[in-house]
This record gives sequence, C-alpha cells and structure tokens, in this order.
Amino acid sequence: MRFAVIQFPGSNCDMDTVRAIREVTGAEADLVWHARKDLSDYGAIFLPGGFSYGDYLRPGAIARFAEAMDGVRRAAEDGRLVIGICNGFQILLEAGLLPGAMRHNDHLQFRCEIVPVRVERADTPFTSGYEPGQVIRLPIAHGEGNYYADDGTLEALERRGQVVFRYAGENPNGSRNAVAGIVNEAGNVLGMMPHPERAVHRWLGSEDGRALFVSMWRAGRERQLV
Amino acid sequence: MYNEPTAEQIEREALYRQVGMTEEEYRRAVELLGRRPNWLELGLFSVMWSEHCSYKSSRRVLKRFPTEGPQVLQGPGENAGVVDIGDGWAVAFKMESHNHPSAIEPYQGAATGVGGIIRDVFTMGARPVALLDSLRFGPPDDDRQRYLMREVVAGIAGYGNAVGIPTVGGEVKFAERYRNNPLVNAMCVGLMRHEDLARGTARGVGNPVLVVGARTGRDGIHGATFASAEDPLEKERSAVQVGDPFMEKLLLEACLELIATGAVVGIQDLGAAGLTSSGAEMASRAGSGLEIDTALVPRRETGMTPYEVMLSESQERMLVVMERGKESVAGEIFRKWGLEAAVIGRVTDDGMLRVLDGGKVVAEVPVKALVDEAPVYERPAREPEELAVFRSWRWEETPLPERLDEALLALLGSPDLADKEWVWRQYDHMVLASTAVRPGADAAVIWLRGTRKGVAVCTDGPGRYVRLNPLLGGMHAVAEAVRNLVCVGARPLAITDCLNFGNPEKPEVFYQFEQAVEGMSRACEVLGTPVVSGNVSFYNESKGVDVDPTPIVGAVGVVEDMERVCTPAWGPGMIVGLFGPAAPAPEDQGRWLGGSEYLLRVHHLLAGDAPPLDLELERKVQEACLEAIRRGLVAAAHDVSEGGLAVALAEMAIAGGTGAEADLGAVAAGVRPDVLWLGEAGSRIVVALRPEHVEAVRRLAEEAGAPFAVIGRTGGDRLVLRAGAVQADLPVERLRTVWKEAIPWALSENSRVSSSI
Amino acid sequence: MYTARVYVTLKASVLDPQGRAVERALHALGYGEVRGVRVGKVIDVTVEAPDAGAARRRVEEMGRRLLANPVMETFEIESVKPASGAAVEG
Repeated sequence: MRFAVIQFPGSNCDMDTVRAIREVTGAEADLVWHARKDLSDYGAIFLPGGFSYGDYLRPGAIARFAEAMDGVRRAAEDGRLVIGICNGFQILLEAGLLPGAMRHNDHLQFRCEIVPVRVERADTPFTSGYEPGQVIRLPIAHGEGNYYADDGTLEALERRGQVVFRYAGENPNGSRNAVAGIVNEAGNVLGMMPHPERAVHRWLGSEDGRALFVSMWRAGRERQLV
Repeated sequence: MYNEPTAEQIEREALYRQVGMTEEEYRRAVELLGRRPNWLELGLFSVMWSEHCSYKSSRRVLKRFPTEGPQVLQGPGENAGVVDIGDGWAVAFKMESHNHPSAIEPYQGAATGVGGIIRDVFTMGARPVALLDSLRFGPPDDDRQRYLMREVVAGIAGYGNAVGIPTVGGEVKFAERYRNNPLVNAMCVGLMRHEDLARGTARGVGNPVLVVGARTGRDGIHGATFASAEDPLEKERSAVQVGDPFMEKLLLEACLELIATGAVVGIQDLGAAGLTSSGAEMASRAGSGLEIDTALVPRRETGMTPYEVMLSESQERMLVVMERGKESVAGEIFRKWGLEAAVIGRVTDDGMLRVLDGGKVVAEVPVKALVDEAPVYERPAREPEELAVFRSWRWEETPLPERLDEALLALLGSPDLADKEWVWRQYDHMVLASTAVRPGADAAVIWLRGTRKGVAVCTDGPGRYVRLNPLLGGMHAVAEAVRNLVCVGARPLAITDCLNFGNPEKPEVFYQFEQAVEGMSRACEVLGTPVVSGNVSFYNESKGVDVDPTPIVGAVGVVEDMERVCTPAWGPGMIVGLFGPAAPAPEDQGRWLGGSEYLLRVHHLLAGDAPPLDLELERKVQEACLEAIRRGLVAAAHDVSEGGLAVALAEMAIAGGTGAEADLGAVAAGVRPDVLWLGEAGSRIVVALRPEHVEAVRRLAEEAGAPFAVIGRTGGDRLVLRAGAVQADLPVERLRTVWKEAIPWALSENSRVSSSI
Repeated sequence: MYTARVYVTLKASVLDPQGRAVERALHALGYGEVRGVRVGKVIDVTVEAPDAGAARRRVEEMGRRLLANPVMETFEIESVKPASGAAVEG
C-alpha cells in the first residue's frame, strides 16, 4: 500500500510523517502537493500537522478548499484510509468529514507535552496494534485542540464507539469528554490531536506511535488497498 | 517630487541630528562623498553608521574573540557561523537580540526577533532545526513584568510554533535592573550538508538582484537607528514591525529549494536597515557595487518614497543575487509557494551603492564609505565604583542558618531557579520529531535522524556574576554554557553570543563590556570553543539605569553516539559523584558565598565577587566528565551552578523522582555548611554512577587531573544533606512542589504577593 | 464597490474561553458589574457589486462557506456601505 502525505502551505509535520511511515512500515510514502486532485493511487492519506495557510481565520478553514481535498473526500467515500493529525484533524472537521469543531484551548495557551492517551477502540484499521484500554504516551502540540460537538452529536459519537483516543490524564485543552481522536461512522477516517509521528523511537521519549502506522499498513494489506 | 529637505537645508539646519548622526559623523560623510549628501544618502549613512549596523563602539573590542579552529567552516561576518560536525554535516547558528522592540510591543517584538534569526540561518543554506530564547525580565512582582513575560513567551510561541521549528531551550532570569529593559535574545540552529553552504555576497557584474518574499511597507523605518537610542519607550512607536510566520514558513521552504538549484550567487535576510544594509553588506563582501531601482520593489502601500523603500524593515523578505539568466528559476519556485520574486537591480563593478527611482539616479554612495569607513570609536573605560563596594563586603558577618531546609526551599522556589515548564510547554519543542533531550535539562539534544549523531545546544548568561566582576563573569558565561553541553554528553564545538549592555558612552558600561569580552575570550581559548557569530546590543538603559551587563552565550556541541546521552534524571541505587572542587579552602569561603543565589534570596544581598573559576581546572573537569559519559560510565549528570550543590542535587532528585543522601563531612573541616551546600564555584558537575563504574570513573578523573569525589548515594524519597550532622532533610515531593509551582503562581492573576528582589 | 462588515461570534451554547478570560480580567480590574463577555471577529469584505443588495447576497454566501464555521459559530452582516477609496490589501 502506498501512503500519501498532503503538503499544504504551512504544513510543518509533513516530513516527520513521511519519515515515520517509511521507517516504521518500510512502505512507500509520497509528499503530495495540495494542488493535486487525483489521489486514487494511494491506499492511505495523511493530512499532517502544522499551520496550513497560517491557521488564519480558523485552523483548517482555508485548507479544506484545497484541490487535494477532492481526492481525500473520494478516498473517504470508497473505504480507503484517511487520517488527520492535529492540523489535519482540524481540516477534517472543517471539511465535514468528521463531526464537531475545534476551539481555543480552555487555558488559551499553546500546549506541548507528552500526555497519557487511552486507546478506546483497538478494532479500527488505525489501532489494531494496540490493546483495548491501553494507555499510551503521545506528544501533543496545539493551541486549538479543545474539541466541541453539541450534546446530541457527542452522545451519538460515544454510543457508536467513535471516540478512539481519549486523554487519560489531566485534560490538556478542555476538550469535551476528553476527546483526543475520533473516527467516522464507517471507521476509515480518523482525526486525532496527538502526534504519533513524533513517537516512533525511544530516543524521542516515546515509541508508542509506531503501532498506529503498523496497524494502518496491516489494514491496507488485508483490505487490499492500493 | 518628494517633499524632502535639500542638501543645503540638511547642513544649515543640522537635520542629520534627526536621524541620529553627530556633526562629526556628518562631516565625515561629506568628506567621503566629496559633496553634501541628499536626504536619501543621509539616510543610508545614518542607518549604516548606527551602532546596530556598524558596531562602531564595539568593533575594536570584538577583535579580541578567538574565531578560528579546524571545526570552523564560517566565522563571524556572515549571516551565521558554521561549524563542521563530521560525516559531511555542518551546523549553522547565531543569536540576536530584540530587546528594544520587545520592550515596546512584547508579542511582536519577540516574534519578529525569532523570525529574523531564523532567516539568518536558512540564508546560509541550512534547514533550521532548533530555536532557543534567553529572556530577562524584572522580578515578576508587578503587573507589567508579568504582562511582558506572558506576551514575550506567547510571541515566541506564536512565531516559532507556526514556522515549525522546535524551541528546545534557553533560560529565563529575573533581576531588578531588567525592569525597564527586558532582554529577548533568540538563537537559531540549522543543519546542512557542507556543499549547501550559501553566503551573502553580490558577485558577478550584471547578475540580477532580486527581492523575494513579503511586500515592502513603511514598517520599522529607522529601526536600526532606534535600536541604538536611549529610552525606546519615549520614542515614537511607528518602528514596530509585525511578523507573519506563515509567510516565513513559505519563504524558508522556497529559499532552501532555490539554494538547492545551485543558481544562487548570494542571499541575505533583509533585517535591520532593510535594503540599505543588506545591499551594502552583500556588495561589500564581494568588493562589488549594486544598483537598485526602488520603483521595482513590490509595495504594500502606495506613495512610498525611495527613502522609505530603502530603509523599510518589513519582515519576511530576502535579497538574492542570481546567476544571470536564471531569474526564471527563482520566479518558478516562488510562484509555486505563492510568493513574489522581483528583479530590482543588478551587480556592478564600480563599488557604488546606486539607488534609482524609475531609472533616475536618486542616491550614489561608495559601498566602502557605508561599510568600511564607518566611524570607529575608542570609548573610555573605567571600573564602576560599585565594584569596590561589592568587594568590601565582609562575608563573615552573614548569619548562618541553623538548618538549610528553608534556604533550599527558598532557592528552589525563587523565580530564577524554579521550573520553567510554564514557559516551554507553550513552545512546540518536538516538531521535526528529532528532539531527544527536551527543555529542562542542561542542554537540549537534537537527533540527526538516520544517524547516531546528535547536536547539543544551550544558552547561558550569568548577569549577576558579570556585574560583580566583568572579567570573571565573562569567563563564567562561556565556561558554564560549554559545561552544560558536556553534561548531556556532547563535545563542545563553538559558541555564538549576544552581548547585552547599557550605554557604552558611559565609561563604566564600556569597562564592563571590554572586561566581559576579555573574560569570554580567555575561556573560549582554553576550552577550544571559538566565537563564530554574534551580536551586540548597547543602550539597554532607561532613566539613567543600565541593565546588568549580560553577555548571553549560545553553545553548540556534537553528540557522537545518541546511546550515550545523559540527563539530570538519576535512578535509585546509584553512587553520587562530584567532578571538580568539593569545598573551598576555609580562607576562600567568601568567594563561594559572594554573588551566590543564596546570598541574594536568603540574605537579600548582592555583594562580594563572582565565584572562583580556574579555566585549566574547568577544562580538565569537562574532559574527564565527557570521557566518562562517552564510555558509558555515567547514568546521569548535571552542572552545579546557581544555588550550589544542594540545588543541583535537588534538581536531579526531582528529575529522577528518587531521593538521595549526600555527605560532605570528609571535606567540611573549617567550612560553613551554607557555603558547602549553597555556595557557588565553577568547574563542578554532579554525576550518578552505577556502583560498578565508580572505580573506572575515579581512575579516569585521576588521569585527566580532575578532582573527583564520591559524595553519596541515591534511593528513597527524601533528599538528605549531611556535613557530619544533618543539614537538610526534605521529601523529594516537597522539593518538586515548591520548584514546580513557583512560576505559575508568580504569573497567576491572583498573585499580588511581592517577591523579594 | 461595497464594503460589508461581517461579525463572527461563537454560538451562545458554545463556551468561549477567550471571552471567559477577558471577563475574569475585567473583574480583576474592578469591573464587578461585568456579567458576560463574548469575543468574536470582525471581517470587512470589499466587493465589486451592482448594488448593496447584491453585495449582501454574495457576502452571505461567503459567510456560510468560509467566514464562519456553522458547527460553533454564527455570523451577521452588520452593514453594507459603499466602499471608501481603494480597497485595503493585507
């Protein structure tokens, strides 16, 4: 399976993500410029972290109109894997591929640290390499990760088990229900604020992110994604 | 056309004063030019001859710095220094001040400081991989200081986080003398292959000159002059520039892509004094001339005069000289990134900086006159009278506390020594997924992904020591920064610096400056770390009060094997060892007490001399410790600096979540316990060793001629300090709480409790 | 040319961390009478349009598509006025 990492102007975790995919899975990973429409060659698409378009107006608000988002939408529709990390999560929300929105952190500061995160679902194509309920350590780094959805949406997310990652320690941003990552109903689109691509080697303080890349790679093979 | 004073008016009405020139300087300009300068030409002279651009007060003194070594690929004089780290890799780095802009508009001042230093590094062809910030404020006991600190930190975060360069270190200190003059020094470190080294020269007659990146507006005109003037708060505020980190990120990617094509002849950031200084410097380095038509410069505002275009300090712009015929290469790359690249002139061979306005010559000044012929001042220097007062202090009169528990807690909770997580967790310190040692240790370590190597970086600047003894303080500044590199297991390579001083026209301030540079130079020579780049910031004074003389040192080293990186976090069951002097001779006790954090926080006294430092001993201690780490004999290491041994041990206990018991009884004879545990001296490193490694370390220290003593063992959940009798006995959890909560409390809106000094 | 002033605010049901911080600060400054603060954005959009009504319709569409996020924000076009002088570029 080939991986694509979309590069928007202002993305800054794009290379980190490409490197993590290559190092952990050995699979091919391409940096794909945001102006490319056709992403049909890719079985898995990453929307990386960063400050696309400077995060001006709202994080992700402008990136969602990029041409590559057509390809992302198509991939989401035909069951290929789409994952947004940090700014990528914000883009998926703005694009309506996942429900909800992001507010400023409740303390109004940018927050960067390694935090405990509970894997609520280990039966998704992104998390099969973890144990259900396993608490892992992942870096976060964001100013707007305070997840919001109205009561009805939130209740539905919980009922359908769409909350995949939840902050297990102190809630670092005020996120409702301590949501750190959610999937769509079909289970093939994941958005998460923590950065698995920064936790792939013990020299980096955690290697708990590796299992996510391994899970995706395995799912891609099992589902025979391109 | 433009409503500007004529050359006659300038002379008759002494209008050169308005742009910060003295009569003598004006006369010199007339003489060099062979006629009276017009208003634009006067503008060029005034910014190029400002302290900020010309280093007219400091140039003579700075020659003292050692700048060479086999590792140096590029020394001072370029946008950043570059050193070799082996295997074809090199590191480019520089530090710069943004004190004055930050005093006026702390968020934007700090943000644009970060932006400028990033450009200085990627200009060299290096990809920026780390930022550090050295900050100084007044004590956080008034709303303005808290405001300044919050905004400066937010500005650094807002800019660095968005550009995607991890901010991995630096320090924050507080002292009375920074109350009206905060210091904001930013350092950037970049990584490159040797062959990608680019330089800021304008070579090759006829080669096109391009301005790329943001458009030019009226921001920051005369910022360079203004940076060198007293009391910025009272000056007009129009010089504040606003940063756009998104633009910077695009510029960074586009420039690195452009440099990689090999079609770039020279490239330079448009910083202070904008097109004027970058153009003149690039031409000066190549011995060429430059012709710029201001009408071709893309503008953000209408109706700008050539004067305003030449002096604008709009951010996120670069000046590029391309090979002739390769203009389209730049055009294509910049278009892809949504940026503008405009040809605005060409390289000439007549040695002139010629400014045109729609083809008509409006200024013509020899580059040499602007750069090489800038005035150089030999400022008088005189020892400040306060030094004699400091030295006359009688240390014996300092009361001795019964136990040291309270003193230790007071030190851990003092703003200078307390945990700065509140600051650095606002910085994205992990982007680029290479940060192996995160903020909070002696130095940060950036892993060179795909290799076993790492780059260690840190900053240090003991303003108090320098105030008490500028020469010795300067030595400490370098020795401590370099020692911090050793503590994480890095071989020190070179330093950059930012020399923050008061008004150099005061002989006392100039004395501090001269002596500090001398001290720094001596330490650099002995420790083998040349100065490869740097910056001087004078006139950090207001209402007649100068800041503490504060040379900040940014040090860079290489970790050969990432497996051997050390931090202060120790574990249980280890032996605690100390490299360097364990205790002073009884007659030297005053030296360890003078200038200490303990004397200041507990006895509220700034007095004495800077702590002792023997550079030869320092070198031996560093060599022995580094060798022990490289052989894998050391489990944890930490520099002993402010707060002395007790604070160093407490920090290691907190970092490792493990207590320890230490006993200095063997060396305590005739020395007061507070001096033993809280006194300060150079050349000391605490290490934690597995018991089976103690002998090997002892032998190694002996061979290197470095003192080494076993002083305790780790374990349990308390820190117990003995010198015969128990001097302090505290739960690690208590130490941690006091240390962790001090800064958030000091900055909280509810805090109205004034801290001492 | 017309300039439309668009106000974007968080929906009343959405907690506004910035508003809350400003409210706390105002209380700390002694403005005990403050009962609520909401922080929003003002966006001035200058458009070519035959008349004010047409300008308003276009800007409304922009508001729905980009200027506000309907999940948590609402927007309101406060005014549409003939643009004075040249458009201001950022």
